[in-house]
Amino acid sequence: MSTSTLEAVTRGRRRRRLRRRTVLAVAGVAVAVMAALSLMIGQTFYPPGDVLRVILGETVPGASFTVGELRLPRTVLALITGLCFGMGGVTFQTMMRNPLASPDIIGISSAASAAAAFAIIVLGLGETGVSVFAIVAALGVAVVIYVLSFKDGVAGARLVLIGIGIAAMLNSVTSYVLNQAGQWDLQAATRWLNGSLNGSTWDEVAPVLVALAVFGPVLLAQARNLTMLQLGDDTAAALGTRLERTRLISIVAAVGLIAFATSATGPIAFVAFLAGPIAARLVGPGGSLLVPSALAGALLVLVADFLGQFAFDTRFPVGVITGVLGAPYLIFLLVRTNRAGGAL
Amino acid sequence: MTVTDTEPGPDVAALRRPARVRLAWLLALVAILVLIMLASVAFGSRVVGLDDITAAFGGADETLDQAAVVKRIPRTVLAALVGAALALSGTVMQGVTRNPLADPGILGVNMGAMLAIAVGMVTVGLYTATAYIWVAIAGAAVSTLFVYAVGSLGRGGATPLKIALAGAATSAALASTVTAVVLPRGDIAENFQSWQVGGVGGAGWAGIGQVLPFLIAGLVVCLLCARALNSLALGDELAAGLGERVVLVRAVAALGSVVLCGAATAVAGPIAFVGLIVPHLCRLLVGLDHRWLLPFATLAGAALLTAADVIGRVVNRPDEIEAGIITALIGAPFFIYIVRRQKVREL
Repeated sequence: MSTSTLEAVTRGRRRRRLRRRTVLAVAGVAVAVMAALSLMIGQTFYPPGDVLRVILGETVPGASFTVGELRLPRTVLALITGLCFGMGGVTFQTMMRNPLASPDIIGISSAASAAAAFAIIVLGLGETGVSVFAIVAALGVAVVIYVLSFKDGVAGARLVLIGIGIAAMLNSVTSYVLNQAGQWDLQAATRWLNGSLNGSTWDEVAPVLVALAVFGPVLLAQARNLTMLQLGDDTAAALGTRLERTRLISIVAAVGLIAFATSATGPIAFVAFLAGPIAARLVGPGGSLLVPSALAGALLVLVADFLGQFAFDTRFPVGVITGVLGAPYLIFLLVRTNRAGGAL
Repeated sequence: MTVTDTEPGPDVAALRRPARVRLAWLLALVAILVLIMLASVAFGSRVVGLDDITAAFGGADETLDQAAVVKRIPRTVLAALVGAALALSGTVMQGVTRNPLADPGILGVNMGAMLAIAVGMVTVGLYTATAYIWVAIAGAAVSTLFVYAVGSLGRGGATPLKIALAGAATSAALASTVTAVVLPRGDIAENFQSWQVGGVGGAGWAGIGQVLPFLIAGLVVCLLCARALNSLALGDELAAGLGERVVLVRAVAALGSVVLCGAATAVAGPIAFVGLIVPHLCRLLVGLDHRWLLPFATLAGAALLTAADVIGRVVNRPDEIEAGIITALIGAPFFIYIVRRQKVREL
């Protein structure tokens, strides 16, 4: 009896591990393929060989400029902002035990976006200044949301609603800043309100890459503790998780990822919100969602940007595509949770 | 609303303010509205002398200053009309859904109207104001039904949280779709993006003339529902027991509210939070009786949006801030305050 139970548990664990590894491998390959495709395809097609040689630093007539200066920064930015949004989003969702508590719904992304727009358009700061401005604003807003939702403990529902209010306010700040710029610039507007990869440069890539290199490992180191938090505060504490420390570190790191990514591309709609639930469905229960979500986020941004550029007569900014794709999922999620009757 | 002997509490007082107090507030509100409308004509991004203002009222527009004032008059009227419509619409929505967070902006109804206009412009090439208004009302109606349907699924029916979340989600969905619809048309997109902020800057008498019949119709329908809304506030069973045809009342009142906010959105863009703040403030002044609440909300909404428009013109001269931005900046903190006041289980 006991041996067979043990066997069943071991088998189940092995099966889950296998599933997780398979999903991770497939997602990784998919991200690589999408990145390669978006480097090769465009107005002119360049074969993989040419692309590879450009990446290795050789000079290829035509390809060096198109691939090296235009497509490569765009693809790299899509990849790393996707990783940032996915990882940052799922951290919030895990910590709050609520898929709706993702930074793009509760106003953290809006804060970073409003601050970045303000820093660029009104103050005229450079990339580093903009990123710092964005992260300070996003952290500030995160604190404000937390404090405002605190009333006999933080209730998820209240936090989400207050976040929605804050997001509405910050979006109007962004509109105001865009108005300030004098001429209402459609490019700027879609970037800071929807998120866009148009006109990506290496200067924008650098801060995001640094953020990913710094905050990514920090979050990964917290992966175990974050998974514990999902069991509830008391259980997590009993299992030896230092709650406040884990929360503080995770929030700062997640906000950092979101803010740096947002100050480069704008708040690409719903990527942070979607990546976690998608990853959770794919890898199944158990284990940390950080890496699967990061991959899901990257895949989402790459695919959406690819679709936005080539699938229609008009070139749509990536945020419009993810918005149109993500919003029905948001509504679906609401319908499902409402039907199930569970508290959100 | 339970009234017990031991605790008469503030609820009873809130339910029935003495008529004298109400009348005093009503007069005060009219006076405030008139003052704000005068201020709206007098102050703007351009500083104008008193004699120019009086001359402009007489119809003179020889100087630049006079011309500026002449342009402010329709703008003031439109701000008052749109504000009144949105506030009344929000009050009725809160009554129909018994939801303190209901507002045409928060529930995504405005965005539904905008999407309908965008689709109409891009596909069929709509261009008249009247056509915009009809299409906007249709869009508003569809999105209202949708949000209510999503929000009332499952246990507990349409709780404020579920409705507000469904509204926010729908609003985001619609906003993305609006952008996707208008972007391929560069000529439309540029105007549309700034229209989407919400404001009354582009007002003219012709537009006002076209929207006015819709607003009057909506106003009449909503005011006629006042008594029935009072019954609805007691709960569906009790209202039915009092002889109210609950479903019919809901439908008619919602229709009036949708006509108002659809028409308002067609002329001014999706202005949020006016319909949220005003009913709450007015309830503090006159209590819960919709027969008083609705006219009060109408006046107060007119005053609020006109004031927001004046503030937007004055704080940052010579640039103008759209009224929709100002109302969001004032309204969002108010929204948060109401959310905080709710008990968790009521959400």
